Amino acid sequence: MKLTGKINRIIKFSNVDGPGNRMAIFFQGCNFNCDYCHNPETINICKKCYACISKCPTSALLKNEMGNIVWNEKLCCECDECIKSCGFNSSPKVKEYSIDDLLESISKVKSFIKGITVSGGESTLHYKFITKLFIEVKKRWPNLTCFVDTNGGVNLQDENYREFVENTDSFMLDVKAWEKNEHLELTSKNVDIVIENLYFLRDIGKLFEVRSVVVSEKLNNKLTVESVSKAIGKKDIRYKIIKYRQFGVREEKKEKLFSPKDEELKELAKLAEENGVKNTLII
Amino acid sequence: MILETIKSQKITFEQKVVALARLAEGSIEVLNKSDALKKYIEDGIICDLFEGNAPYRPRYIVPDYNVFMEQGSKFLNIEKPTNIWEAVHGLLILYKHVPSITTMPVYLGNIDYLLEPFIKDENEAYLAIKLFLKHIDSTITDSFCHANIGPKETKAGILILRAMRELELPTPNLTIKYTEETTDKISIEAIKTALVTAKPSFANDKMFREDFNGEYGIVSCYNGLKVGGGANTLVRVRLGALSKLANSKEEFLEKVLPEVSKEMLEYIDERSRFIIEESGFYESSFLIKEGLLEKEKFTGLFGFVGLAECVNNLLGATDKKERFGYSEEANNLALKIVETMHNIIANHKTKYAGEFFGNTHLLHSQVGIDTDRNESPGCRIPVGEEPEIFEHIVQSAPFHQYCPSGIGDIFVFDETYKSNPEAILDIIKGAFETNLRFFSLYSDTCDVVRVTGYLVKRSEIEKLDKGEQVLRDTTILGKGARDNAKALGRKLRSE
Ligand code: SF4
Ligand code: SF4
Ligand code: SF4
Repeated sequence: MKLTGKINRIIKFSNVDGPGNRMAIFFQGCNFNCDYCHNPETINICKKCYACISKCPTSALLKNEMGNIVWNEKLCCECDECIKSCGFNSSPKVKEYSIDDLLESISKVKSFIKGITVSGGESTLHYKFITKLFIEVKKRWPNLTCFVDTNGGVNLQDENYREFVENTDSFMLDVKAWEKNEHLELTSKNVDIVIENLYFLRDIGKLFEVRSVVVSEKLNNKLTVESVSKAIGKKDIRYKIIKYRQFGVREEKKEKLFSPKDEELKELAKLAEENGVKNTLII
Repeated sequence: MILETIKSQKITFEQKVVALARLAEGSIEVLNKSDALKKYIEDGIICDLFEGNAPYRPRYIVPDYNVFMEQGSKFLNIEKPTNIWEAVHGLLILYKHVPSITTMPVYLGNIDYLLEPFIKDENEAYLAIKLFLKHIDSTITDSFCHANIGPKETKAGILILRAMRELELPTPNLTIKYTEETTDKISIEAIKTALVTAKPSFANDKMFREDFNGEYGIVSCYNGLKVGGGANTLVRVRLGALSKLANSKEEFLEKVLPEVSKEMLEYIDERSRFIIEESGFYESSFLIKEGLLEKEKFTGLFGFVGLAECVNNLLGATDKKERFGYSEEANNLALKIVETMHNIIANHKTKYAGEFFGNTHLLHSQVGIDTDRNESPGCRIPVGEEPEIFEHIVQSAPFHQYCPSGIGDIFVFDETYKSNPEAILDIIKGAFETNLRFFSLYSDTCDVVRVTGYLVKRSEIEKLDKGEQVLRDTTILGKGARDNAKALGRKLRSE
């Protein structure tokens, strides 16, 4: 069977997904379930309950003979009613792409970008598809770089991922919390593998940046920043300290999450610098 | 009018002197105009952009400042400069004697190359450059004044960009000539500066150098012209208004457009004739005598605005999908129109365009004036209708080959690009590979913003809104363009 990938969205030009201007490809499905997820509709693969179909005001959603939901992009007015009505953190606006489909999209913008970045959801869940894609991209356009944006939840040292890691130029890794229980509570997954991946990617020279989202009161942000910066300090790895913002977050989760003050972020950035991180960025 | 001008409290003394001179010039009629031309002018279809009734200097003058740096000037009694202070001092004196349609110079030279030989101590050079730029902004009070840097990275170039970022002044306008030779270092410096103060723009050096067979200067808004020459005049047609005279696109292409073009070309010839044969400029100016200018490197500019409105009118396109910038039919018709004008101009040989240009005038995608309504600049997609940046560039590029003397698009980026200026460089590289000629950018947080081609300070427009005097006459134009053409409402590029 032809390999395809479930893709939630493609941004032709992105300036926040790695170095330079990049095409960012967002895959559907995630192995985490973070309280502060800004795109919760990317977490699950649609379970075909069809609840969203009747909510669509422009009849852009249909059920085909196979029982799959077909999304007609041309009719869609982007009202997001379907996403709001999905109680399952999924979206019917997901498209199956073949490697060739993606190569064609890349070829249109190839002169304008430094490379491509796969993101999610969680991109590593699609590592087989992505490995093939990266190999093809490098064959055709050797000057384009291939980046992976990951939550670090799969063990990248595992033999299964060897080819995938080899063909990835660099990773961008989230370290959402350092403390075990905190990470478990926030994401529903253990932090051990994430930390192992941090050291592993650092040591093989394939870590472009680490990111931590700062949430006031709920997280021990200081511990996280301190530990991460000690791990990556003195290396040429960027640390992005991200301010938690409510935008896009699930209603029921909002009440327990608080945005930090700018001073707190500045202090954390200072801490990172003291631990040797040369390039910290607050966003 | 004269008394009103004299008594006005809203304009400065300098602005009064210029206005009074214009009134004097306007009081005589020396040009031959056909009845057809008069009708077009009356109907607002052809306009000479307030060049006046009796032109006595070329509109745009592009002196070869290298000649001055090599030999000084006998007329101005200036020796060849030997250090940075003499260099900036000499140039500042010379600038005051370079005329143009605005009375002030529209071209200051490749100032990085001019100053580079004198950069010894960088701290001293930085001070000299800052004072030089500040002096220009305060005395050449019109931001059609344009300096160039590049394509090679120079110490002077980097210092100029740094100083501009620090000063945040609208004048002079700046363009960096960009080619594969241009280093990423100076390009990134340029982008960082543009995100603070809306300049420099990027010129596709390869395209310009081919069209001008060597040295060219970017002057006024974004006009490419031959160094050592310039343009005698710029007359423009409003294609949007013109399209209303045609009942079909065929009629427009085969009858209406050729007819108006003929009148335009005759008028460009007539204005040029007066400057060349009667005004005495080419006989008396020391710039000619000392070899900074050559008559044969001058041409005339055939300008147009409102391509978008023209095409949308001809196709009766109201739905976005059918309009210029989106539908293939509309874009193809637009290309056909521009190509038709290009061919008409190329076939019009005239002794009033220099030998350098094969005795032809040049097509110019004009940016419009403050009073324009319902005419978008040149080939641009109307403000507010812009597609995504990628589509935008790909749509615009095919038009750029036809307009050697100037065409360009402006892109507004949000703040996030400040932490990733490389992303913009990637976009510019791609744009130039797609044969875009000229690329301007600024960020949504800039005080200095690009209106159509020239620059203004938002804070100065606010002063004007309150009825206060402002130093630069371009601020007045900026206010008009904002009010009449939504010129400051461009689509914000983010992600
Ligand atoms: S890892 Fe990312 S996509 Fe997955 S739940 Fe967390 S925030 Fe959302
Ligand atoms: S997107 Fe959500 S609501 Fe729609 S069918 Fe899938 S699971 Fe059901
Ligand atoms: S966003 Fe969803 S509900 Fe809205 S039009 Fe598109 S498919 Fe229909």
